Amino acid sequence: MDETVAEFFKRTILKIPMTEMMTILKAWDFLSEKQLQNVNFQQRKESLVQDLVLLCEKKRASVHDAALLDIVCEDIDLFDMEQFKSSFKKILQRALKNVMVSFRDAEENAVWIRIAWGTQYRKPNQYKPVYVVYYSQTPYAFTSSCPLRSNIPLLGQALTVASNHHKIVKMDLRSRYLDSLKAIVFKQYNQTFETYNSTTPLQEKSLELDIHMDSRIIHENRIEKERVQRVTQETFGDYSQPRLEFAQYKLETKFKSDFNGDILAERKEPLRCLIKFSSPHLLEALKSLAPAGIADAPLSPLLTCIPNKGMNYFKIKDK
Amino acid sequence: MSVLRPLDKQPGLNTATILLVGTEDALLQQLADAMLKEDCASELKIHLARSLPLPSDVNRPRIDLIMFVVNLHSKYSLQNVEESLRHVDATFFLGKVGFLAMGAGQESHCSIHRNTVTKLANTYRSPVFFCDLEREGFRATVAQRLVRMLQICAGHVPGVSALNLLSLLRNSENPAPEDL
Repeated sequence: MDETVAEFFKRTILKIPMTEMMTILKAWDFLSEKQLQNVNFQQRKESLVQDLVLLCEKKRASVHDAALLDIVCEDIDLFDMEQFKSSFKKILQRALKNVMVSFRDAEENAVWIRIAWGTQYRKPNQYKPVYVVYYSQTPYAFTSSCPLRSNIPLLGQALTVASNHHKIVKMDLRSRYLDSLKAIVFKQYNQTFETYNSTTPLQEKSLELDIHMDSRIIHENRIEKERVQRVTQETFGDYSQPRLEFAQYKLETKFKSDFNGDILAERKEPLRCLIKFSSPHLLEALKSLAPAGIADAPLSPLLTCIPNKGMNYFKIKDK
Repeated sequence: MSVLRPLDKQPGLNTATILLVGTEDALLQQLADAMLKEDCASELKIHLARSLPLPSDVNRPRIDLIMFVVNLHSKYSLQNVEESLRHVDATFFLGKVGFLAMGAGQESHCSIHRNTVTKLANTYRSPVFFCDLEREGFRATVAQRLVRMLQICAGHVPGVSALNLLSLLRNSENPAPEDL
């Protein structure tokens, strides 16, 4: 067998979680039952994969067979929703005596989870629940703010284990609009098809200007205005922005000054300050800054990177 | 470095041209519209610029009055005006320049103190008008004032020159530092 094909087999089989290994190999239907019976599925994954690849080689598997295996992996829904729910509930109930967990299936392989926390001696508080939305086909979950901060690590652990991941990372992205969070995280905010005819859009724009203009009013910096419009469009696109209410920057930096002997610049400790931008629709507001003449275009990348990086809480330190 | 000079061109017949300099284009546009609504015997021309210097390759009429517009809520607008002032010849400041400061009414949003603009205007020996350009009624009042001032600066009002107007305004509103 060609080395590249062997490598392809190895990688494809490695991707399969151990719990699904048998199911997938059976569905693939390339190795016979007898052959599979002879394989030791209890050994470490790397060794198991080696054995399986050897078997494939003996049977002269081709790259097409490898491709078929790949398709089988994609096709079989490796995620079992009921198993996730029961596992999630069990983990929380094992750790906390009084906790109530409810589930509701939603569109697009999403499940809404409601958790009412109690303590050892108190019944679950129904008035301060936490909501979690988990999209099973993605490695993302969205949670509402948890009033009892001590329960957050437990919640994270339950999500991680129940969904067959090995680590959970908190993103620095917060908003009151779930759809906007989804748009940013799943990178769906910039989906306008670009059948771009370079002449028509500009024509439309200059028409707009003409309607309001009396011939007695002359805009001297028309070229600059057009440049600003262009830069804004390049940065923010033509689509409507996802909705965020805040952007917060925690600075821990040293004060820089041009002149010598500046007291603030001599401080050894960094200055700490917090800058918060708030708006009913922050990204649209940022988009309108340069055209309104309130800021220069292009805007600072610290502001424009928000949807791209999926962050609206930043920590900035001197390197 | 291109510099605006007041008398480097011939005046147009019965034409009065004002140049509004400021960063907030939408407001300048609204002010211009308001000015054009005023009854005026002269033919008005209004040039809107974000900053100076103006593009040099354009054929434009003689400018009779320059108004620098500062938004007290935005340090950026003041900075822009300060840099633009360098491109105006000293002779313009004999009554043909003024400052419009907006936003003084909402003190909590002001990042520039009113005195800063007053001092700037005093440095340039020019009048400053505090106004609210966002509300239509107030905007119309400012527009009216500007149109009258423009007509005087263009020499369309017999017996009153720009310099006359300047000394009238100075004595009542902002006395020159020497007079204090």
